[in-house]
Amino acid sequence: MPYDRDHVVLEPEQVTNVSSHEYPHHFPNEDPSGFGLEGFKKKLNIKVWRVSRDTMEFDLVGVDASLANAVRRILIAEVPTMAIRYVYVLNNTGIIQDEVLAHRLGLIPILAEPEMFNFKTADESPTDLNTIVFQMQVKCTRRPNDTVAADETDPDKLYVNSSVYSNALTWDPKGDQATRFADNPIRPVIDDILIAKLRPGQEINCELHCEKGIGADHAKWSPVATASYRLLPHIDIKQEITGDLADKFQKCFPPGVVEVVTEHGVKKAKVANHRKDTVSREVLRHKEFEGMVELKRVRDHFLFNIESTGIIPPPTLFVRAIRVLMNKCAVVKQAVEAIAPKDEDMQE
Amino acid sequence: MAQAENGATGVTADGLEVSTEKVEILPGASTDLTAMTFAIHNEDHTLGNALRHCIMQNPDVEFCGYSVPHPSLQKIHLRIQTLTTTTALDALNKGLSDLYGMCEHMLTEFEDVMRNGDYQIVDDDEATATTS
Repeated sequence: MPYDRDHVVLEPEQVTNVSSHEYPHHFPNEDPSGFGLEGFKKKLNIKVWRVSRDTMEFDLVGVDASLANAVRRILIAEVPTMAIRYVYVLNNTGIIQDEVLAHRLGLIPILAEPEMFNFKTADESPTDLNTIVFQMQVKCTRRPNDTVAADETDPDKLYVNSSVYSNALTWDPKGDQATRFADNPIRPVIDDILIAKLRPGQEINCELHCEKGIGADHAKWSPVATASYRLLPHIDIKQEITGDLADKFQKCFPPGVVEVVTEHGVKKAKVANHRKDTVSREVLRHKEFEGMVELKRVRDHFLFNIESTGIIPPPTLFVRAIRVLMNKCAVVKQAVEAIAPKDEDMQE
Repeated sequence: MAQAENGATGVTADGLEVSTEKVEILPGASTDLTAMTFAIHNEDHTLGNALRHCIMQNPDVEFCGYSVPHPSLQKIHLRIQTLTTTTALDALNKGLSDLYGMCEHMLTEFEDVMRNGDYQIVDDDEATATTS
């Protein structure tokens, strides 16, 4: 088989042609200036398919896996958000232990623009520029006897506050936070996240401090539920597949991938939509299709999927992730330039 | 953010990481400066692999590779060997500029696409039901 430069090939028992060879001097008589930044600008293509409040699907075409992966990794671990860092428990008589309660609270996505806050270093004390304060005071009580049926067993009907949800967090604005966030008051993204269950007489009273952080420190700061990509599948039909075989061929793929068309009275299998394929490799299990089809993936075509926790809209997340990567480059570059003079000394 | 082992790293108000020793040249660099290994502190595969890719695209670079020497050390080692037409330090600099430029280009391209509005806006319930 001749070397296929653009595709990863999927064989029944192995994946071949995996690594990219898009580097100078890898292929004879190739212009080495076609690589690097200029080459990248020619090849890059972005197509956004759909955007919702929490998700975004887009194609990132013409980039190397290392770059796509850097963006994915940054989305998960390095785009900052605000999350509950400290829980000061004044009273907790519920059955959820303090430390478990604190952990559960930490994972609640807090709708606050992280760019409006600074990172708080270990030796800094909390200020309105690095900390958000919430209060949570809930007490479970019995509803009056005359309002519930005698044989009622549903705790929601029997008691008040038997379930504590994220809407129990009340924002306690400090400094000028109330005016700075007047348009968009700070609150949990979702109001009905179950935090704890209580029974009459039990109560929780605590103060929560949110700080800015990144997912690399703790997953609670990750701005995404997932950020993932896959390579665009490509089904290469090497030889016409006709008649009843065409129907069988179609059944080897998820619906919508292969269509059976009738040309001059003959049924023929055609690929309708490569991207709907899951690359299950089912077709490779059937002897009758041997040599007729090749399953591939386009090496530089990434189908990206970003699922936000709801704090930052997905398109903004992508922009911020790239900015983080640019910032990394700038910081390292500065450091490299700082050591360059030393290097001239060596030369003398 | 992860603490540097020498404690020299901090985060400024605008989130910029500042360090007196972000990058160092490890002992064993060739005297003609065409071969060097750099240690970049507080970085991992995220920058390492992308930077390696960018440096390898330079026709004057003979070899470039990176490693995370130990998973509990917050640093990467980056080895660059070049032809005599350039130095490893220049190749690293060019790689960083190129990577920065690529990000910049991705950003403008993405913002253009978003401005054109050539995409479907969906409700979240619908989006989960019809992922491609």
